[in-house]
Amino acid sequence: MEDLKPRAGRPTDAAASFDWDALVHDDRVHRTIYTDPDIFAAEMTAIFGGTWTYLAHESQIPENHDFVTTLLGLRPIIVVRDAAGVIRALFNRCAHRGATVCRAAAGSARVFQCPYHGWTYFNTGKLSGVPWPDGYACDFDDAKYNLAQVPRVESYRGFIFGTLNPDAASLVDHLGPMAPIIDQWLDRHPGGRVRLCEANRLKYKGNWKLAYDNSADGYHVKFSHRSLLEMENRLKVGNQKGMSFYKDAPDDAPMYVQYLGNGNHFKDKRPNIEPRPGALWEIEGPHPGMEHFEERLRERLGEAAARALDLCASEPVNINIFPNLLILGNHIQVLQPRAVDETDTTWYGTAVVDDANELDGAVDDVNTLRMRALESFPNFGEVDDAVNFEEIQRGLMAEEDPWVYMHRGLDVPGRVKTDENGVITAPATDEVFMRETFKHWKRLMASPPKLTIQRET
Amino acid sequence: MSSAPDPKRTSHYVTDAFYDALVRDFTDWQKDDAVLGDVGLRDSARAFLEREARLLDRHLFADWLELFAGECLYWVPATPGGGDPRREVAVCLDDRRRLEDRVFRMATGFAWSQVPESRTVRLVTNVEPFATGTEGIFMVRSNFLINEFRAGESRSLAGWCGHRLRRVGDGFEILVKQVNLMECDQNLRNPSNII
Repeated sequence: MEDLKPRAGRPTDAAASFDWDALVHDDRVHRTIYTDPDIFAAEMTAIFGGTWTYLAHESQIPENHDFVTTLLGLRPIIVVRDAAGVIRALFNRCAHRGATVCRAAAGSARVFQCPYHGWTYFNTGKLSGVPWPDGYACDFDDAKYNLAQVPRVESYRGFIFGTLNPDAASLVDHLGPMAPIIDQWLDRHPGGRVRLCEANRLKYKGNWKLAYDNSADGYHVKFSHRSLLEMENRLKVGNQKGMSFYKDAPDDAPMYVQYLGNGNHFKDKRPNIEPRPGALWEIEGPHPGMEHFEERLRERLGEAAARALDLCASEPVNINIFPNLLILGNHIQVLQPRAVDETDTTWYGTAVVDDANELDGAVDDVNTLRMRALESFPNFGEVDDAVNFEEIQRGLMAEEDPWVYMHRGLDVPGRVKTDENGVITAPATDEVFMRETFKHWKRLMASPPKLTIQRET
Repeated sequence: MSSAPDPKRTSHYVTDAFYDALVRDFTDWQKDDAVLGDVGLRDSARAFLEREARLLDRHLFADWLELFAGECLYWVPATPGGGDPRREVAVCLDDRRRLEDRVFRMATGFAWSQVPESRTVRLVTNVEPFATGTEGIFMVRSNFLINEFRAGESRSLAGWCGHRLRRVGDGFEILVKQVNLMECDQNLRNPSNII
């Protein structure tokens, strides 16, 4: 382990140079948390890496030697399953001069050779060799010449996380009450798992927290997604489609929002849907092939078709794991900050894997339908949110009017309930989840954990 | 069934056979020996694509929809080449109904990603028709460069299209339009405008 001072040479560190209590109030936050490049830089260590951060999904690296490249904050990372099957998160940064050693998005590699001077590393991160070593007086067995790596990498049911905080609680303890919610999301699938497939990849010119704030926000739906709600119901066939349960009195509906600690929150819209197989499919908006494949599945599976069709429909939950993993519908959405005012939001599709043939040979039809359903929200919903995020970023340029309110529900008697485990539950449009997340954010920013890296020895 | 289902209301034509044909038709079709040297055909294909570009640039989406066959597809793959859309998501893969959904949504006035709407100028070049082995059906490759201005900013989108066209009288109708964006596998800012 090596102690790190990531911003060495800077005159002050961010934790001490900002008055965090002045920026995050009980009912509102200051514009600068979305606009200040120094706060953004501090987040890239205090939060991204300072706390458990989602890196990749195990289905992206099914075999030993498989890798994907990603970022942890702004650090280039290779997530690799090494020769012994251990999942590692290597810094994609040659120990020699700093060039990235891997430039592919994904692949399989036993070694990574830096294209610049040819230093070569095993996929454990250990240096395998350098060209013309007799030109060096040093001992290349010294661990400092191995690739740096994230010291703590753990998975929960296929979701791979990493943190540079050696003192962090175990991932499962960190997830706490989120873990059984992830279980429910997975366990409706055959074998209790999914496989990532391609993604709808979007970008907006705005701060990453604007998307995180949005991810359990039931207040915006009727307004930001008005065109989607109208579109999905334009043909007036059968039940009201999609998120129509937001239209009239969403706070009176059985859906709810929860805050579950450590910045994690959960929007559960399942109680709006009748608890019987097929009810979810009945509110699925139109998508290509749906009538044909539905008829085929019903012919093939009879009554069992209802469960198969529900797997094609968008699961009505938002499972938001701070700071960057948003499991919603059938998507695994990953937030990637690029700059204080630029964020990538990648909506990975998930496919059903049915090794035990629970779906009686119908898995291909299910996935065909599921791919088309997956394309719906990124095309007709997220694009409008993303533009609203950009317009917030523009609005926040008004320096003299600095406050961003998130006090919906605050101090309203009987509206917000906290159970014995500290889980907070509120009506669908409440902003309590945002307020609690910012308390957590403030704690991390005010006293960031000491970070370490590790190298093979 | 007494009459064929209306593809504007239900989607019965997007079947496994449809996907099989799609993947087959859009794999390895740009062969030198399939290029059609008929100057008249090339000129009429170019005129057709130029008219399509003009309708889109002028936001005449209802007229643009009429360029398509009843059972049609508008496809923007998320990976170079497009893969098999039964196994991966696309940037979009719209059948007739969803394409009309897309146009409807923009016309609501509440599709914030298009408020204000994009202004575009598109250049369509390098038009090459290819034979398909089926009488009256052609593949046409063309390159595009779209300059898009929206909300105070300009950007360029480049790529190429594969149109699968059917000869109808003196003109064509679009069976499939595949849009191959150069940045198809990258994070795209506001891809809400029709390409």
